Amino acid sequence: MTIPLSAAGTEAAMGRFMDVKGRSLWDDARRRLARNRAAVVSIVVLGVIAAAAIFGPFFLAYSYDHIDYTVVSCAPDWWPDPSVLCTAGGTHWFGTDSVGRDLLVRTLYGARVSLSVGLIATLVSLVIGVAYGATAGYLGGRIDEIMMRFVDVLYSIPYIFLVIILMAIFDRNFFLLFVAIGAVEWLTMARIVRGQTLSIKQKEFVEAARAGGVGAFGIIARHIIPNVLGPVVVYVTLTVPASILAESFLSFLGLGIQEPLTSWGVLISEGKDQMETAPWMLIFPATFMAVTLFSFNFIGDGLRDALDPKDR
Amino acid sequence: MFAYAIRRLLGAIPTLFIIITLAFFMMRLAPGGPFDAQRRLPPEIEHNIRAAYDLDKPVYQQYLIYLGKLAHGDLGPSFKNKDFTVTEMIADGLPVSAKLGLSAMTLAILIGMTLGTIAALRQNRTTDYVVMAGAMVGITIPTFVMAPILTLIFGVYGVTLFGYDISLPVGGWNGGALRNMILPVFVLSLGPIAAIARLTRGSMVEVLHSNYVRTARAKGLSTFKIVTRHALRAAVLPLVSYLGPAIAGILTGSLIIEQIFGIPGIGRYFVQGALNRDYTLVMGVLIYYATFVILLNLVADLLYAALDPRVRYAK
Repeated sequence: MTIPLSAAGTEAAMGRFMDVKGRSLWDDARRRLARNRAAVVSIVVLGVIAAAAIFGPFFLAYSYDHIDYTVVSCAPDWWPDPSVLCTAGGTHWFGTDSVGRDLLVRTLYGARVSLSVGLIATLVSLVIGVAYGATAGYLGGRIDEIMMRFVDVLYSIPYIFLVIILMAIFDRNFFLLFVAIGAVEWLTMARIVRGQTLSIKQKEFVEAARAGGVGAFGIIARHIIPNVLGPVVVYVTLTVPASILAESFLSFLGLGIQEPLTSWGVLISEGKDQMETAPWMLIFPATFMAVTLFSFNFIGDGLRDALDPKDR
Repeated sequence: MFAYAIRRLLGAIPTLFIIITLAFFMMRLAPGGPFDAQRRLPPEIEHNIRAAYDLDKPVYQQYLIYLGKLAHGDLGPSFKNKDFTVTEMIADGLPVSAKLGLSAMTLAILIGMTLGTIAALRQNRTTDYVVMAGAMVGITIPTFVMAPILTLIFGVYGVTLFGYDISLPVGGWNGGALRNMILPVFVLSLGPIAAIARLTRGSMVEVLHSNYVRTARAKGLSTFKIVTRHALRAAVLPLVSYLGPAIAGILTGSLIIEQIFGIPGIGRYFVQGALNRDYTLVMGVLIYYATFVILLNLVADLLYAALDPRVRYAK
């Protein structure tokens, strides 16, 4: 085997090397994620549910608050037991609820509310958690100690209890619900980001930036945060279902979304009361919710494997 | 370690204090009060009622009065249940909630660890996949979906197995009879079972590949002995740090479970109290919960140190 020693040979080798496209961490991760069948299926399923939630209600004949007392608690049109079917009224694929509202359109509206709670609450927790964790981790020392001690204190509060108190006293304010859930979900995010920041701030590129005269804020925003995104992305996919669950939990207790608006938690709560006579009122929203939660969990697992292959 | 425990206990006092303060002002500064429904009362009488509960004083005075009474262990009278003090109501509900929660926790640890160990021993085989799929279901499906479905199957439709009727009551506590406890305890423990099974499998797989387990196997020890004597001890560590979150999870879950199954525990008082602004009741239950969570977190930390010789708490 001969090694090209001439300048031309080296150049040719270099040229060949340059042709190879670099693969970033994210390229690798995408490739690994695409190979994870459960995660890919979950992404498709979630996409379908989200599309149905956004566009579905436009194509349906009923509005979510249209009450029709001639079709109270009707079974879906295809229900096997004909004794509970209604003869009056139009087509109700998922049946109707106890005041004759179409359950399909309500389930889709519930999906809108539940999914937006999940996304907005996660966004709130993301902003607070990343900013707080990165600041504490980067500044370090005494400030870090005080900031994280505060997180510890909040951690020891069974947070859902505080949200319950909040919701009870502010009369189930729709917007506040989103913020309250997000505001209690940021603690873990802050811890994760702080831990990552502590190790990243020792790296040479941070030192280089500091030597170049970049301020603390610049370093956190431009160098630290982009580098902690991996674990953050994984945790985000787990925060979304957690927020959806928290909202449903509150709604189930009667402290969440108010009528005539609805969410999966409200629908499940109503369905539970009628399940002996009208099981479809429980089955459909519960299935939608379970499928959504499953999908988020599979995506989260897939992302973790994709972004951190050694942790398997 | 003793010094550490004392220090942690002292450290819990400010935490509790912050929780109490936060909850107190959150409730008092909110619009609406516990006696709003009784608007029709003549002003003098309303004034007298408010005075009887110190509600006519400025908020900071109410706060000081509350703290003063709390220091003597007096949680005050319930605003809504006129003849009861909060202490009486909690004393009433706490044994029920404790029995429910502890049973669920015990069940979760027993079943979760067994399933996790089995899955780890059959790694990447059908048994493993079945257990882990089941765990995924347990983690994903919330209690408030699981509870109605199981009640429907076992309570409403009724189940007959080998000629025996194994239907279960749909609700009620009945003094904690076993039949009444099965469904709520099982549903409550499902989430923790799943989480514990996953954790156990994860750490067990790692431990089973370690050198000392291979040595034990080479010496000819049976799998059962290897697992119980060597592997479990090391694999149990991540579980101990999960105990804190697990307790919190079971407490939260019990709010729903007590509601669904009509169990007279303190979780029900909390939800009802929050809904009708029964300030003292909500505060009382919250203080109990917070104390409980803090204490159990401390126990988990101490247990961790006791089990893992590598962990030492600095003075």
